[in-house]
Parts: sequence; structure tokens; C-alpha cells
Amino acid sequence: MDNVIKIESVSKQYGSPRDGVVALRDVSLTVRAGEFLSLIGPSGCGKSTLLKLIADLLEPSAGRVSINDHTPQAARRARECGIVFQSPTLMEWRSVERNIQLPLEITGVPSAERQRRARELLDLLRLREFAARFPRELSGGMQQQVAIARALAYRPAILLMDEPFGALDELTRERLGRELLEIWQRTRVTILFVTHSVGEAVRLSDRVAVMSPRPGRIERVIEIDLPRPRPIEIRGLPRYWELLREVRAALHLDDDAGNGAQ
Amino acid sequence: MNHEIARHSTRLWHIEIQVSHWIRDHIEYVLVPVALIFALLAWELVILVNQYPSFILPTPRQVAISFIDNWNNGILPYHLRITLFEIGLGFSISFVFAASVGYALAKSPLLEKIVSPYLIATQAIPIVALGPLIIIWINTGPVQNAFIATLVSFFPMLVNTIVGVRGVREEYRELMRSYSASAWQVFTKLEVPAALPVFFGGVRVGVTLSVIGVVVVELLWADRGLGFLLNFARGALDTPLLFATVGVLSIMAIGLYSTVAVLERVIIRWRRNEP
Repeated sequence: MDNVIKIESVSKQYGSPRDGVVALRDVSLTVRAGEFLSLIGPSGCGKSTLLKLIADLLEPSAGRVSINDHTPQAARRARECGIVFQSPTLMEWRSVERNIQLPLEITGVPSAERQRRARELLDLLRLREFAARFPRELSGGMQQQVAIARALAYRPAILLMDEPFGALDELTRERLGRELLEIWQRTRVTILFVTHSVGEAVRLSDRVAVMSPRPGRIERVIEIDLPRPRPIEIRGLPRYWELLREVRAALHLDDDAGNGAQ
Repeated sequence: MNHEIARHSTRLWHIEIQVSHWIRDHIEYVLVPVALIFALLAWELVILVNQYPSFILPTPRQVAISFIDNWNNGILPYHLRITLFEIGLGFSISFVFAASVGYALAKSPLLEKIVSPYLIATQAIPIVALGPLIIIWINTGPVQNAFIATLVSFFPMLVNTIVGVRGVREEYRELMRSYSASAWQVFTKLEVPAALPVFFGGVRVGVTLSVIGVVVVELLWADRGLGFLLNFARGALDTPLLFATVGVLSIMAIGLYSTVAVLERVIIRWRRNEP
């Protein structure tokens, strides 16, 4: 399999070299074409920083990031990555449909083509009847669906998702997770998914990269060898629980439970 | 025949119900004019009882007659035009400068650090007190009065522009950056629409202040405009004209404010169906 994202001994430091904060130290990771890779770790382990380095929203202090053999900057210019943040960041003055069209407007896609693609995405996310609504008329889950549709608008090869379901309730979260898998299977987009939730990571991913904090490092990469498609019943499989335990162990969630808060 | 009458009365009865519903739902539309009529009657009554001469307190009818006379002979329209011109010119200049300087300050923290102490200091000066200085330097006239309107309305619009543009969250900027949007695209597709609601708050205050600024300045030294007319009417002991002028000023101010409010509703339409 081809590697679409290569991260080679990347470090990132905020502030001055002497008293700055080291967000990432010597992180190496490759993301394969078409895979669903989750990054999991406690707060402050640099997951979001890593995502922003790939999106060219930050620059590494050391090391190299390449996307399809391009620099992050070239990849950004070529619009190879779509981004979904934790908050939907929709433009409240645009209807759902026009929010989805925004990236295409910026790239200069002609109006007819923009509308066609927005319709396609609205159908993909089952949002068609909400096309003319404004964001504030939608629930949080729906807003995040619109954000996903928008990120897919220029058919990026890679979807970078920074805790996209973190602010949603558990039920919505699971539903959107399943929908995301469906979209992933249909579009064959590569997904790099940052999350706090062990269950979510195991249910969705091909591989889970476990990170540890201060300074952020990749602790382990765990292959999730569960069959696909993955219906809800996947939780009945012993292997699901084994993997869950494995990820929890890599996160040191279960060591010395009494001091877990440290 | 009876049948016909019965049907007719049923229909009337329905209309009556509809009217009574309408009154219940829009009670303010009924009560506001009623209150006005009562106030006017009370006004007439006070004068009738106390026998005030009209230069102290004219009756509503005398005011209305003065208004109609002075409107028809062109005096009120002439001064209204002058005042509107001053407000329009002063406010427009203020609008353009506040929006552009505000945007520049919002984008450049260094510039803001340098300029803001002076800006705040100028706010401590009662602008109208600069009037005599302006007379010495550039004489009197509508354009000079407009200049005062600019000075008084500038600051609130400036502050709201800065607050509006600064209020754009970092994630939105990152999003635009991820699209490799140009500075112009960030400006038109993100900053302007995002800042508009706050900006309009400043515009509403700015319009109101422009009116106050212009009228005060006209009262003090102008030879034209509604403020001048107030002064003139006072000097001539033409109190009905004084009342009529205040009335025209109020209607003008309400008109200007409503224009802004309507524009705001039309432009910021995404906030209209707010829950």
C-alpha cells in the first residue's frame, strides 16, 4: 500500500528554544492510502498539533512531513486535505448548501458545478431537505455533518478530523461515527482521526496510534483487525474487547487505578 | 329570506370575532394611538384651564397649523435639507474612516497599541467644545457642521469595527487558510460578514450621535439648519414653530434610525429567524 502521509522524526516546540513547550518530540508515523487511522491520547499530547502540521497550519521545528511526496504547503495549495474541527465552524450567514460550496467558491469552481457537487454531498450525508436552512437552525450533530460535507467538497484525498464528535452527545456521536464509516467506504478517502474516546477509535479505525504526553510521542500503533463492515454487533466479539484493553493498556489507563488522575 | 339574514349575520359575527382577535393580538396598535389622543386632549385641556399664552405653551392645534404653514412656505423643508445634508455628509465620512481605520487597527496589534491611547484621549474631549476652534480655523457652514458629526460618531463605529473583526475565531481563519484563500477572500467571505452584526451596533449609535452633534452645533453658531431654526423661533417667541421644529427633528431622527435598522435586517438576514 502507498503511504499518503509520511511524518519523519518531527518535533514541534512552541515559544523560545530555552523555555518553550515541547509539543511533539521525534514523532514518526506513516498513513497508508485509504486507511482510517485514529490518533488517541490524553489532552496535551500534541494530537491536534500533529494534525495542524499536516494541514500546514503550523510548521515543524524539526523533521519532515510529506503528503503524497509534497510538502504540506504544496499539499495545501493543491487542496489535498479537507479539515473538520471539533466545532463545526460553519458560516452562520450562509445556508447549509452555500456553506458546502464555500471551499469550491474559493477555488473558483463555476457555479453550476458547485451546485451539482453540493447536492451530491447533501445526498451523501442525507441532508438534502436542510439545504436552504441556516446553521443555527440545525442541531449540533447536523452542523458537524455539514462540516464533513464541506470538507469533502473538493474531493480531497485525505480527511483530517480533529475530535470532530468531541462536543456531541454519546448517541449522536455513535450515529455520526457509523455514517462516517459509510462515507469513508464510498469515497475511499484517507482519514486521520483525532479522538479522546478509546471505543470510538477501535470501532472506526484500521489502526490506532496511541500518543503519550509531555513531550508528545507515539507510544504504539495498534492494528485493529476487526472485520468490516462493522455493525453495532461488533461489540459482541471478544476481539473487540481485547483490542479495547490493548489500547487502554497503551494509554496506561488501567495502571495503578488509585493514581489514575496523575 | 330569514335564512338569508341568518347567513348574513353569521358572516358578520365571524368578522366581528376576527376583529376582536386581531385587537387582542395587536393590542399595542390600538392602545398607542389612543394614548396619543389622550395626551393631546390633556395638553389642550391644560392650556384651556390655565389660559397660557401661545408663546409659553401653544396648543397642539397651533403647533399643527405652524407646521403646515412653515412646511408649505418652504422654511421647514429648507432647513431640514441642510440638516440632513450635514448629517449625511458627516456620518458618511465617519462611516468610511471608522470602517477602514478600524479594520487596519484590528489587523495590526502594533498599530493599535500606538494609536489607541490617542483615540481614547480624544474621547475625553467634549467634541462640541472644539466648535469655536473650528470657527476660527475654517469658518462656519454646513460642511464644518458635518465635520462635528464625523467627530462625534467616529469612535463608537471604530470600536465596533475593531471588536467585530477581532471577534472572528481563530478556527475560522485556519479553515480559510486550509483552503488557501487569498487575503481578499478572507476579507469578503469571512471578516466582513462575521463583523457585520457588531459593526451595525456601532452604526446605530453613530447615526444617533451624528444627529445630536449636528443639532447642537447648529444651535450654537449656524445660520441655517433645524438647530438654527430652533434658535430663531426662540428669539422670535414663535413657540409653535419651536414645537413644530422639534417635531420635524424627532421624525427625522426616528427615520434615520429606522433606515439603519431596516438595512440591518435586510443585510443580516441570517439572524432574522433567531429563536
